[in-house]
Amino acid sequence: MKKVHVQTTVNGEETEFLCEPRQSLLEVLRDVVGYTGTKEGCLTGDCGACSVIMDGRPTDSCLVLGVEAEGKDITTVEGLADGDTLHPLQKKFLEHAALQCGICTPGFLVTSKALLDRNPNPTEHEIRYALAGNLCRCTGYDKIVRAVQDAAAEMQGR
Amino acid sequence: MATQQEHKFKVIGTRPIRHDGVDKVTGRAQYGADVSLAGLLHGKVLRSPHAHARIKSIDTAAAKAVPGVKAVLTAQDFPEIGPGMAAMGELPINPQHLSLNCIARDKVLYDGHVVAAVAATSPHIAEEAAKLIKVDYEVLPHVQSVVEAMDDKAPILIPGLGKGEDGEPTDTNVANHLQFARGDLAEGFAAAEVVIEREFDTSMVHQGYIEPHNAVAQYSSDGQSTIWVSTQGAFTARDQTAFVLDMPPSKIKVIPAEIGGGFGGKIPIYYEPVALMLSKHTGKPVKMVMSRADVLKATGPTPGSHIKVKMGADKDGKITAAEVWMAYEAGGFPGSPVGAGCMCVIAPYDIENLQIDGYDVLVNKPKTAAYRAPGATNAAMGSETVIDELAEKLGIDPLEFRRINGAKEGTAQPAGPKFGQIGFLETLEAAKDSDHFKSELPQVEGRRVGRGLASGFWFNAGFQSSATVAINSDGTANVVTGSTDIGGTRTSCAMIAAEVLGLKAEEVHPVVADTESIGHTDMTGGSRVTFATGTAVYEAAQDVLKQLKERAAKSWKVDADKVVFQDGVFSCTENGNESLSLKELAGKLPRTGGPVAGRASVNPRGVGPGFATHVVDVAVDEETGKVDVLRYTAVQDVGKAVHPSYVEGQMQGGVAQGVGWALNEEYVYGEDGCMQNTGFLDYRMPTCLDLPMIETVLVEVPNPGHPVGVRGVGEVPIVPPPAAIANAIYNATGVRMLDLPMSPPRVTKAILEKNG
Ligand code: FES
Ligand code: FES
Repeated sequence: MKKVHVQTTVNGEETEFLCEPRQSLLEVLRDVVGYTGTKEGCLTGDCGACSVIMDGRPTDSCLVLGVEAEGKDITTVEGLADGDTLHPLQKKFLEHAALQCGICTPGFLVTSKALLDRNPNPTEHEIRYALAGNLCRCTGYDKIVRAVQDAAAEMQGR
Repeated sequence: MATQQEHKFKVIGTRPIRHDGVDKVTGRAQYGADVSLAGLLHGKVLRSPHAHARIKSIDTAAAKAVPGVKAVLTAQDFPEIGPGMAAMGELPINPQHLSLNCIARDKVLYDGHVVAAVAATSPHIAEEAAKLIKVDYEVLPHVQSVVEAMDDKAPILIPGLGKGEDGEPTDTNVANHLQFARGDLAEGFAAAEVVIEREFDTSMVHQGYIEPHNAVAQYSSDGQSTIWVSTQGAFTARDQTAFVLDMPPSKIKVIPAEIGGGFGGKIPIYYEPVALMLSKHTGKPVKMVMSRADVLKATGPTPGSHIKVKMGADKDGKITAAEVWMAYEAGGFPGSPVGAGCMCVIAPYDIENLQIDGYDVLVNKPKTAAYRAPGATNAAMGSETVIDELAEKLGIDPLEFRRINGAKEGTAQPAGPKFGQIGFLETLEAAKDSDHFKSELPQVEGRRVGRGLASGFWFNAGFQSSATVAINSDGTANVVTGSTDIGGTRTSCAMIAAEVLGLKAEEVHPVVADTESIGHTDMTGGSRVTFATGTAVYEAAQDVLKQLKERAAKSWKVDADKVVFQDGVFSCTENGNESLSLKELAGKLPRTGGPVAGRASVNPRGVGPGFATHVVDVAVDEETGKVDVLRYTAVQDVGKAVHPSYVEGQMQGGVAQGVGWALNEEYVYGEDGCMQNTGFLDYRMPTCLDLPMIETVLVEVPNPGHPVGVRGVGEVPIVPPPAAIANAIYNATGVRMLDLPMSPPRVTKAILEKNG
């Protein structure tokens, strides 16, 4: 199948890749660009393991085609930390033991970041609502929600 | 609640950051599907569209002709494995069934059974080529309920499975029947004031790990093979693959990748031998990853079941007799966890007269695998709701009723052996003292609210583990084990070593090794890792300590028994001035006899069983039948909690899975025997919007059979939720739910029936 040239921004870096029109953004990020932190859990938009932020919005990358990334600004889990310094969400996920197997963690971190970017002070219900598209089978969500609450508080200087 | 040993611990019981944490929050951690090798091919399979059929022929020509396709294999390309049982560690295994489950030979036994495999240069090409494989099937009648499958006229899945009185093979779908019995049932029921008898149906459910099964395999022309896979046991994956491919296990090296959840479902193998065979045929590494539909249709589920429970109690609330009959779906091949169900079903109670019968029954559904306390949750749905009803009829508080009958040290288990030191009564006590239990029921407008309680039991497992501990020149230590870390066990093992060696948790580096780098270690399962592998780590660390004492003694020219170790410092009892910190001594090792490493291989027998008691408040919408969980408290005897956050996490995760099992999750099959809900949209697991915070109460009755008092913690928390929620629904609406899941249509129907 003939490949298409795509120009986009991933984690702040201008990025070019060639992909087949049928390849999802998830597949391209993982297998072509090499960002395997974004995970595959279902390919049908039901688990959120593949979440990325695309132009500010949390997005299931399995439901987007690679070619649709043209001109977009994409953030994956690899783009959260600032060099050696973890993002407050990453730090709080560790402190609260908000991960067990960790396969869902990139998706939760990315979706949580998108939430805090637009609502820095969410209620518990708003957090649960924003994260309802991300499945975690290990934690029962308790510690994830607490970690997001705590990260929000820290980022607000509370 | 304090343990006897609490004051002694410096590291155990604290909450350090897990060692693999940064890798997992930055996306660096490598899971099986992240593995990539030069020249990698991609494998896909063709699966049966029928629940039960004979394979007449397979034509692979069109698939082979697709550009980019490198190999197309059917069962004919795999060794034919003969009948009979073999041993894998201490566990019995049937290599023939295992191999036929990986790729069907003459017959397909369920919708989704693998019939052929393709390797190609891209996953898309492999998938398209697989669709071009033509299979000629003779469709056979199928059977999917255990009750029907036990009928004499049922279609037979595997001929000759039974044994007649003359020892000759007979045709039956009942792969196994076991029974525990003691006392006199008739006498027991005669002594009862109240007898309750109920029948239950529970649906097949899936473990639901978010990471699909995967395998990357590289066959080498010298016959040595490597498999990278997300598995619960590198050694068990290696040994199973060796059985299926009829290879010596030593020819296969399994490198365990990080694992995205397992809950029992990643103990069996699926793609490992297929990927390796494709690699052998193409000379290239081959990667295979399942789709979610593959995972649901053909891996892991835990059985649906049909259960009858009859129990009687006298007017003082003492249970006088219990009779339990359970038939579990094995799936297409024998091996449901009905035996474990029989061991667990009424184990929390001291009952003199009992009979428990369990049947392992083949049905045209995927072969079942372990799922968190396998077999115990179905069973508890029956026994714990009947107990609720008994207590109600006798006018006794359900918690008090459980206390009256509760098992304690010395109580005989249904399977016979007596309990050692256990903490069931302590969980009841702690539940009674909990904030939740003492609180008023919350009111929700337009809903009926109710509170329910249930208890659960899981025996926990031991099995074989190995560990090595080595001292680095900077005074830190490396801990190497062979146990897959699913929920933070790397850190609990490091903490145990740190405790022994007087180090900080961060000064110990835990590694999960491949099958050529550590002694045999059984799978991560049965809540055994912190118990058994933790024991191996403890002993290996003690071995290190002993050697370090000898080194200190040598440099002081005294006997080793004159050296004591406290707070990270070795000192000499003979000469009070001599002392060396572990760090100082570590730097001297090259000059005092060379490196120090300790090792241990164990098969510990002092397993400490786990008990849990859960309290739940629900709100029921009588019109729609929707049940909301308002508040949930899980109380559990966890033994000594090594890392309390991860213990709580196990409990909360188990509860969430139990809530899904209780309210929504089920395998839905059509008339044609095919699964109809093969995605997460229709196989609906709880999201964070479906659950409240999950409160946990850790009761710590130490296990005397473990050096630091560890019991398994991962499994028992899934056992009580369905029964607790059923009891809460009854409390709210007056309706006894007997089937799982208690989904909106079922709840509405039950309420309508009650209201006439
Ligand atoms: S993989 Fe994209 S939502 Fe599941
Ligand atoms: S930590 Fe395993 S799925 Fe969330």
